[in-house]
Amino acid sequence: MTANETTAGETGAATAAGAAAGGRAGTSVSLRGLTRAFGATRALDEMSLDIASGELVALLGPSGCGKTTALRIVAGFEYADAGQVLIDGKDITGVPASRRDMGMVFQSYSLFPNMNALDNVAFGLRMRKVGGGARRRRAGELLEMVGLSAQAGQFPHQLSGGQQQRVALARALAVEPRVLLLDEPLSALDAKVRQQLREQIRTLQQRLGTTTLFVTHDQEEALSMSDRVGVMRAGRLEQVAEPAVLYSRPATAFVAEFVGTMNRLPGELGGGGAAVTVLGVTVPVQDGGPASGPVDALVRPEDLTVTAAEDGNGIVAGRTFLGAVSRVEVLLSGELAVSVDVASAAALAMAPGTAVQVSLPGTPVLVAARTD
Amino acid sequence: MAALTRAPRDPHRAARAGSPRGRSLPGWRWAVLLVAAVYFLVPLAGALRFAGFSAFGGVIDQPGFTAALWLSVRLAVVTTAITLLLMVPTTIYVHLRLPRLRRVLDSVTILPIVIPPVVLIIGVLRVSKAAPALQSSPYLLALEYVVLAMPFAYRSIDAGLRALDLKTLTEAAGSLGAGWTATLLRVILPNLTTALLSATVLTVALVLGEYTMATLDLFTTFPVWIVTNDQVSAQGSVAASLLALFVTWLVLLLITLAGSRYSRRRGGGEVTLFTAAAPQTIGN
Repeated sequence: MTANETTAGETGAATAAGAAAGGRAGTSVSLRGLTRAFGATRALDEMSLDIASGELVALLGPSGCGKTTALRIVAGFEYADAGQVLIDGKDITGVPASRRDMGMVFQSYSLFPNMNALDNVAFGLRMRKVGGGARRRRAGELLEMVGLSAQAGQFPHQLSGGQQQRVALARALAVEPRVLLLDEPLSALDAKVRQQLREQIRTLQQRLGTTTLFVTHDQEEALSMSDRVGVMRAGRLEQVAEPAVLYSRPATAFVAEFVGTMNRLPGELGGGGAAVTVLGVTVPVQDGGPASGPVDALVRPEDLTVTAAEDGNGIVAGRTFLGAVSRVEVLLSGELAVSVDVASAAALAMAPGTAVQVSLPGTPVLVAARTD
Repeated sequence: MAALTRAPRDPHRAARAGSPRGRSLPGWRWAVLLVAAVYFLVPLAGALRFAGFSAFGGVIDQPGFTAALWLSVRLAVVTTAITLLLMVPTTIYVHLRLPRLRRVLDSVTILPIVIPPVVLIIGVLRVSKAAPALQSSPYLLALEYVVLAMPFAYRSIDAGLRALDLKTLTEAAGSLGAGWTATLLRVILPNLTTALLSATVLTVALVLGEYTMATLDLFTTFPVWIVTNDQVSAQGSVAASLLALFVTWLVLLLITLAGSRYSRRRGGGEVTLFTAAAPQTIGN
């Protein structure tokens, strides 16, 4: 429980816990120093994470970063070489998956092909010896909740991919799991269905207040659905933070570049690593970068400004209309290309070939060791 | 292996798509069909002519007929039961836990086809010395047939399992609170019905037709009886074999039809002698 409180205190996850009202009494999850090696590769390297009750935390990272291994260890399908999983402060490391009381939605279609949608949803209740009538009633309610009452009698092969994942979600939620585990449940679906399901999952999760761990490699998905996002790299959590914080104040260069678009601009460190000179301007350095050596400043496209200027430092190489804003590609001296977001109206004046001046904001920037 | 040919045919779809051209067979197909029909049916017709219709009535009254047929049926049941009990859990376990052993199993299970039956018999006899009661029992044959049926049974079950996402289904069942027994009985086996039927059909057909081992072990199974009886009444013997052929066909046809109907309802493939479950296709 102390872990739970620390988490809430540190990250402001209390708001999420508040949403738990109405759901099953919230369950907190704690991963403590999870380590798992497959041969020579360390899939997880002393990973620790606290999830408050009712909170939805996404694990985001490139493939092979260990996020799925972490989820599978929580589910009980994989074991950790070292470390513990605590549910409401109780160590469940030795408890088999079937007694962990967790609901899981898989990346691949996992409905039982021999059962119709209703029987699929009722399966967990059947395993819990819930009587036939109550079972069917509850399964029916859940199918209604995911909007598939009409498909109750259909078999999985008669359902679309999106429908199958909704039935899978209903099936996982039917048993009122203590924790909901989502293993890239949307990655096999097309963009439009993915968008709808994303919202549906989040709405349901908040309504039921089910503590949820969500694994994805899609940053948009992680940022739009989660209370907090943990960015993973090589078996470790680089940063766990609310989506807005992750985006605006990334703790490391990896997080900065993995989440959103990031420009790398060569800079000169000065003032003992406290300031960096980029494009002729000296700006303060945000914590977390190297103190010496060749560095790049990391700046988001929307933080840079660009104006048409005859004697500017770059030339427009191209522009992409994105709606309200346009992304302008500018070629600076030394073959350095940067992306700058500009209001689409202003971008009209920046046809390819236009001489422009790109400048930096005065706010602190993140620096990273230069990679060539 | 021909036994792995898949038949994901949907008769309804085929009928809908059936243009006039698709519905009537083109000429060359008729020719092929005709040649095949002549090749297979002429000997049957010849046998039928030789035996004469009257011989059929007498077959059942021939000495030893009932005993031999009954023995073969019992052997078919026992062999199928042992084969499935051995092969189903083994194959599932290998698929789930030891996927790297699949190659080994692939080649091990082909051995009974490669090794001459005589060698197998001597092997089984040697082993069965440990149980003298078994040595004189006709069920010794069942053990030999289990070895013979293994390649076919394994391939059917293996193909059925390949068509399933076994790992995900097992984990899904586990996360919903199902233990091993429930997962096996409620999730895995119901999705393997096509494959199990296919394995059963092949095993039954094999047992009902096996001659070499039975005769070497001196047991009068139905095929052995037909050959022995040939010396007493050639016509009766031919009539008996024709009868056996038709009965076997009928049994296999019934199993196949029942299996296809069951599996079609669930989106699986057709059951034919040489197919197992066809993979499910998923629309988006």
